[in-house]
Amino acid sequence: MNRIKELESRINPIAEYPKFSAGDTISVTYKIIEGAKERLQTFSGVVIQRRGTGSTETFTVRKMSNSVGVERIFPIASPFIDKIEVNKRGKVRRARIFYLRSLTGKASRIQERKYFGPVSK
Amino acid sequence: MPGIIGKKIGMTSVYSAAGKNIPCTVIEAGPCVVTQVRTLEKDGYTAVQLAYGEKKEKNTSKPMQGHFKKAGTTPKRFIAEFHDFATEMNLGDVVTITELFTEGENVDVIGTSKGKGFQGVVKRHGFSGVGESTHGQHNRLRAPGSLGASSDPSRVFKGMRMAGRTGGNQRTLQNLEVLKVLADENLILVKGAIPGYNGSTVYIIK
Repeated sequence: MNRIKELESRINPIAEYPKFSAGDTISVTYKIIEGAKERLQTFSGVVIQRRGTGSTETFTVRKMSNSVGVERIFPIASPFIDKIEVNKRGKVRRARIFYLRSLTGKASRIQERKYFGPVSK
Repeated sequence: MPGIIGKKIGMTSVYSAAGKNIPCTVIEAGPCVVTQVRTLEKDGYTAVQLAYGEKKEKNTSKPMQGHFKKAGTTPKRFIAEFHDFATEMNLGDVVTITELFTEGENVDVIGTSKGKGFQGVVKRHGFSGVGESTHGQHNRLRAPGSLGASSDPSRVFKGMRMAGRTGGNQRTLQNLEVLKVLADENLILVKGAIPGYNGSTVYIIK
């Protein structure tokens, strides 16, 4: 198993992205290939979970689009991800904030985490 | 067919040039040593015997010790014959994956499937079972159903698919794409799954 993990890290290298976790609001800029053309698109929303380890790790971003919830799952090793920006750090108590799905409007706000400990970042 | 002996390491996935995430199996293949060359004059057919995997000398029988000594190599665990190699093979030659396989070509993989013990017809032959789990149905959910007609023929036909030992048989998967060849580690990545446990012996055939 270790051999597979070690091999994965070499053949599917993960680019450097800022640290983010559940509750953070991020913007993911990813490439879209339309025929021969390639363009960039941004998907921004709240990270509701990060799951898996190594090159198989994925994260789910949720946003409200015209009052309809839209979720997108990105593999962290995906070559289509151009960049990830952290817009806001959220203060949440769990690693997977699926309760957000049942909340709308004011209730779905997440308190911003303003204080970062001495060893944070 | 030219081929090589290897060991299944496990499964992972790679991203293709188009960005698709492709599931693949990692096989450690070779380097194999030529331990015997079968010729038309002597054996009636042509083939090359390859050996793979280290083995202790004390666990090797005297006749086999002599056999490996003749090829000028240490005792090996697995031996298999392949034929139609592109180049002339001599005793003691080392065969590696890079000589045989290139990325993008299709190969066959022979392995022994995982043994599953005594299994019913649903798992073993893909039967759909009898009826439903509700509506008065009692205990026939995964039963095989009828085995045939009654007084004529008064017997069950040979080859009737029934429950029994499942898996643990040699299976060949054809036309698996070679996604990557890592020469210095003797690793080859083929698309999809292959039979057997991690660590089981497989034959990769061109």
